[in-house]
Amino acid sequence: MQDDDTSNPGMLFVLDGEALWTKKTGVADKACADCHGDARSSMKGIAARYPAFDKALARPVALDQRINLCRTNHQQATPLPHESRDLLALSAFVAHQSRGTPISVGEDPQVKPFIDRGRALFTQRQGQLNLACTNCHDDNFDKRLAGAPITQGQPTGYPLYRLEWQTLGSLERRLRSCMTGVRAQAYDYGSPELVALELYLMSRAHGLPMETPAVRP
Amino acid sequence: MPTTRRRFLSLAGSVTAAGTIPIVTLRPVEATPAMLTAAIRNVVGEAQLRTGKVKLDIPPLVENGNTVPMTVSVASPMTADDHVKSIHIFNEKNPQPNIGNFYLGPSSGRAQVSTRIRLADTQKVVAIARLSDDTFWQTAADVVVTLAACTEEMN
Amino acid sequence: MAALINVPAKARRGDIIEIRTLTSHIMETGFRHTVDGKLVPRDIITTFACRYNGTEVFRADLFPAIAANPYLSFFTVAKESGKLDFEWVGDNGYSSTASASIIVE
Repeated sequence: MQDDDTSNPGMLFVLDGEALWTKKTGVADKACADCHGDARSSMKGIAARYPAFDKALARPVALDQRINLCRTNHQQATPLPHESRDLLALSAFVAHQSRGTPISVGEDPQVKPFIDRGRALFTQRQGQLNLACTNCHDDNFDKRLAGAPITQGQPTGYPLYRLEWQTLGSLERRLRSCMTGVRAQAYDYGSPELVALELYLMSRAHGLPMETPAVRP
Repeated sequence: MPTTRRRFLSLAGSVTAAGTIPIVTLRPVEATPAMLTAAIRNVVGEAQLRTGKVKLDIPPLVENGNTVPMTVSVASPMTADDHVKSIHIFNEKNPQPNIGNFYLGPSSGRAQVSTRIRLADTQKVVAIARLSDDTFWQTAADVVVTLAACTEEMN
Repeated sequence: MAALINVPAKARRGDIIEIRTLTSHIMETGFRHTVDGKLVPRDIITTFACRYNGTEVFRADLFPAIAANPYLSFFTVAKESGKLDFEWVGDNGYSSTASASIIVE
């Protein structure tokens, strides 16, 4: 389903994102394309190095946060809500330009402490089931949890189309649903903890090719 | 009545149970095998329903019933004299017994349709084909729907 | 709404070709409730049709049991060069169209 673009429902969001890319918005009345030009060249490989360090904020930001920063700072538009169709569509369109590009997160020394924070969160037991991410996704990734195979937790295809969701979703949504799964209180969307986890997972996947928009069960 | 500890716990238990309802898909009504039969009769009428000719490709076990790929095909030469007029897909336990009706003709060339369907529970899926001579042919497949180990809270 | 259509660009006369279509739609079943108990009204695509140079070659009635972002694949005989028109019609006056061209040699 993923390999054939006309069968991959994630591609519907990429198409929507392509339309949004050239749509003027905000007080500045600017489209993404007015600054970034043709995404096919300007956005190639970008998502493979996100979350990336933002100098002004002095912390790493995820791709959807970067899109919203662009909206507020340059387009003078309101930020798009987390998991909204437009934000997912733009993220998918941008990340799709990196399909096949090996992930290069982790090469910037400035993000090192945040990767360490993410690794600490990944290995920290949490929730009523008292499980850490690592207990399933490092120690048991070749086994099954009930009928479902346990994955290595690779972040290569986000935002991705989950058949269960029947829509596209972000890595943060996936992480939050895992946390709910171990009966833990999920971190808020955009929280430093989720960005740190995302950063750790991307650095852990260093060298693997991007595949946005992936399709998963 | 004084709220004893036992009574409090039973209340708390029922509140917790109610609170978890939004997580699972709510089904105010569930199609029954009788509804399935009625839906099929609606299409077939009093005609005899024969087994064969129709092939239903659907995974026997899915982790989640929200998007189940399905292909139905009918052995037919698809000529002007001998072709499939329509294919009807039904389920046994969704809130509604119909899934889809597909109308074909000799210009289809091949009697085969694929789509992605929703199955609320482990159940039987039935495919019925109406041929150009107005005979009806059916097949059925059982699909086991397990829930994903990690369910997500609905917003 | 975005739609993805896969029709071979070229075919030989008489070839049986596969047509794949995918369109954006939530396919809200009308059987779900919000957390505060309100029924979410049904909002689905109810019919799909494909016309080949104006002649209907495939039609489908869809029900809530069709998954979100409906995918349909079916076949037709390549008869002549021309246009394939696709139309999705649904609840609340929903309608969307797409088309694809084919060269038959």
